[in-house]
Amino acid sequence: MPVKDAMLTLVPDFEQAEPFRPSRRRFVRALLGGSLVASAASFLYPVLRYVVPPPATDMGGDTVLAAKTDELKPNSAKIFKFGSKPGLLVRTAEGEYRAVSAVCTHLSCTVQYKPDVHQVWCACHNGLYGLDGRNVSGPPPRPLEAYDVHLQGDQVVVSRKREA
Amino acid sequence: MKIGPEMRRVAVLAAMLAVATAAKAGNPPQAAANTCVDCHTSFDGELKVTGEQFSQDVHAQKGLSCASCHGGDPTANDMDQAMSKAKGFKGRIERAQVPALCGGCHSDAAFMRQYNPSLRTDQLAQYRTSQHGKKLAAGDSNVAVCTDCHGVHNLRPASDPRSKVYALNIANTCSQCHSDAQRMKPYGIPTNQFASYSSSVHHDAMAVRGDLSAPTCTTCHGNHGAAPPGVATVENVCSTCHVFQAQLFDTSPHKAAFASAGMPGCVTCHSNHRIEHPSDKLLASGSQGLCTNCHSDGDAGVKAATQMRESIAALDSKVQQANELLDKAADAGVEVSQSKLQLTEAQDAVTKARVTVHTFQADKVDVDLKAGSAVAEKTLAAARQALHESKFRRAGLGVSLLTVALVLLGLKLFIGDMEGKQK
Amino acid sequence: MSTVARVHHWLDERLDLKDTLAPLEHKTVPMHRLSYWYFLGGITLFLFMIQVCTGILLLLYYRPSANEAYESVQYITTQVQFGWLVRSIHSWSANLMILTAFAHMFSVLFLRAYRKPRELTWVSGMALLGLALTFGFSGYLLPWNTLAFFATKVGTEVAAQVPLVGHWMLVFLRGGEDVTGATLGRFFGFHVAVLPGITTLILGIHLLLVQKFGISMPPSVERESIYRAEVSRPMKFFPNFFLRELMAWYIALAALGALAALSPWGLGLKADPFAPAPAGIKPEWYFLWMFQTLKLIPSKLAFLDGEVVGVLAFAGAGLVWMLLPFLEGRNPQTGRKLVLGLAVFAVAYMASMTVYGFVAK
Repeated sequence: MPVKDAMLTLVPDFEQAEPFRPSRRRFVRALLGGSLVASAASFLYPVLRYVVPPPATDMGGDTVLAAKTDELKPNSAKIFKFGSKPGLLVRTAEGEYRAVSAVCTHLSCTVQYKPDVHQVWCACHNGLYGLDGRNVSGPPPRPLEAYDVHLQGDQVVVSRKREA
Repeated sequence: MKIGPEMRRVAVLAAMLAVATAAKAGNPPQAAANTCVDCHTSFDGELKVTGEQFSQDVHAQKGLSCASCHGGDPTANDMDQAMSKAKGFKGRIERAQVPALCGGCHSDAAFMRQYNPSLRTDQLAQYRTSQHGKKLAAGDSNVAVCTDCHGVHNLRPASDPRSKVYALNIANTCSQCHSDAQRMKPYGIPTNQFASYSSSVHHDAMAVRGDLSAPTCTTCHGNHGAAPPGVATVENVCSTCHVFQAQLFDTSPHKAAFASAGMPGCVTCHSNHRIEHPSDKLLASGSQGLCTNCHSDGDAGVKAATQMRESIAALDSKVQQANELLDKAADAGVEVSQSKLQLTEAQDAVTKARVTVHTFQADKVDVDLKAGSAVAEKTLAAARQALHESKFRRAGLGVSLLTVALVLLGLKLFIGDMEGKQK
Repeated sequence: MSTVARVHHWLDERLDLKDTLAPLEHKTVPMHRLSYWYFLGGITLFLFMIQVCTGILLLLYYRPSANEAYESVQYITTQVQFGWLVRSIHSWSANLMILTAFAHMFSVLFLRAYRKPRELTWVSGMALLGLALTFGFSGYLLPWNTLAFFATKVGTEVAAQVPLVGHWMLVFLRGGEDVTGATLGRFFGFHVAVLPGITTLILGIHLLLVQKFGISMPPSVERESIYRAEVSRPMKFFPNFFLRELMAWYIALAALGALAALSPWGLGLKADPFAPAPAGIKPEWYFLWMFQTLKLIPSKLAFLDGEVVGVLAFAGAGLVWMLLPFLEGRNPQTGRKLVLGLAVFAVAYMASMTVYGFVAK
């Protein structure tokens, strides 16, 4: 019985007088030992789960995989998830990639790409932006935030512009 | 100290620099001799024109002088010679003659091409069609002429922020006359336009948000050809920017109704100068509702408006609710970014619906709202699910606390046992 | 022989456990009506150990760069299994630890445990209190959210008020003229390496001194016990007091778990250095009394700058506090009254200023 032995070793005069019944002693020791183990388990279980890395290793901060290189045809675009906000990835007619925030700076509608005029358009109030995010006409008061686009193998990776 | 070759070179350079500086210091760069200013700089009141003032004038900077408009001889030192009729001195230009004088150069395309080929040359022609121009031709010289708006003697191009006709300054310039009750009395025009405009959302866009493309007086009234747009055609003016709303309005029952009643589109509900930020409350009855201005309470129109307002409000509040719950869940540590992204669709639907109200047909508005409603429902469910996760945590906490309580009990008993023995 | 006994014997043969642990055997704690205050030091130590453990766990995922810090904390709280728990325990425990550290310091003051021969224990304890506050200040910035960013900005600006070396201190703390990613990196280094190293050292000294001198008995109890012996009786530290302390630690742990699960620490918005400071920015509660005091000092006091006076006053007060045991010096009677008076004033002042700071706009 580990608890008793531990106590015996550390406190030699442990077993001097025993005014209580042995069954009570056993109960108390079982209770203490059992609850110590249970509480330790309830503390250790979260810690063990914690140290196992979660499946999504992308911290979603400043970089995100927006598309595969064969996904978009030239002069087309797609909406991708950047954190909890939408982003717009455009593949120009020449085959280059541009990425901007898809949240219209007027009233936060989600913008889209207009292939006929090669511009970004907001269907809510007819706002127009250039592919660099600059607000060209209509209600939008500010440009769309522009992002950096890099090609990594067969992936198109979009990242926020780095601060100094 | 011996003056060697090095020092000599430095001395020569210094001397050249001194001469050049002195040469530049005195006169403005391109102006020819201008004895007019030499005298007029020391006058007071109307006759005062300083060299400093005139050097800011765009005409002076292009090489024109006083004589270009007033005639006379700007090189003569003698007053009589300088202002001699023989030299074409016109003296003070009468107000009624100002437009023709300015137009003498500014309507001459060949002449203007020498200075700025992209400048328009139809200002005088436009002016003649304007209310100001017409009244001037009829003999009233109290109306605005070129110099009233553009300034004189320190006239700056419209792109210069200090110019009286720079985008941000135009409303102020117009209001100098148009807010003057005394001045406007003979014409019977109201004088509250500037005050109304200043509390409008257009003014806010320009003055507060710095959006120079926002409308000011001249955007809707024209600048040189200034005149009120007119009841029947004001909608065209608004629709140059507010394209969708105008298109939808044209499909609505109001288009024909307003036209036959001689009521202007857009302005009837939104006003012309005091255009405030629209809210859902403009629909139907209620203190801010506009419909009951024409419709009777309970008729088909008011019913439609009420339905539109209520369905937009319903989706809007659902979206707000979902947003709040998602924020709460995020704060509690649950991953909600995907749901938040989805919710933007519902938010978009509300925004679109607020444009579609201009059809004044509830079923068209409902089309916009339907998709958004489905998304909002889904997101609300996801948000509730996320919060449920926190319940799971409470359960876990409960288990943990239970074990701790047992440990405490066990320890207490153990200590009691031990110390009972030790007595 | 049982396994435990065998292990014990093996260690004893090599490490001479009996002799090493003998003092622990004999260590006693005086038990009287004021003994509950004795738990505070141990709880503070326990909370510090919690901080070390949860801090190490957080280190597994945290990224100390301006671009990634906020996102990494968000990742911990939303993606990592029980990350929310670890992070909230870390934040709550930090605040509780500072609270118990202050309480421990004041209880030592009021129970007059700083008297000879325990002056060095007091001084090392004050150093630990300062280290705890520095831990709090440096750690607060690490999530890189709006509140933390501006609190750090304001806090380092206060440091710049010190005459002569103020600006140098500011640049040293910020890693530059402004609060940037460089500041974050620096604070991170302080928080996980420099401060823990120094704290371990001083904590070791503090605990050794406590062991050496034993637990002090308040003079009032001491006097009473001369007349009535039952007022205070010694309790063996091991196992009796230790088991009680274990109970206290378990209660603290349960409280932490409850706080973390029922009132998790929020994250707020990511810091934007170019946005204006939000209105009514305040530091964390344990700095609030200083902050509020500085706000109340007029901007000019005669020819001196008000804030400089305030900062120097705090520095002076801190120094006096550290040297309190030596104030009793020659005349114990008046010295005692002086220290007691200062202590009462300090508690009242700090408490009321903290409350004021909370309710003030």
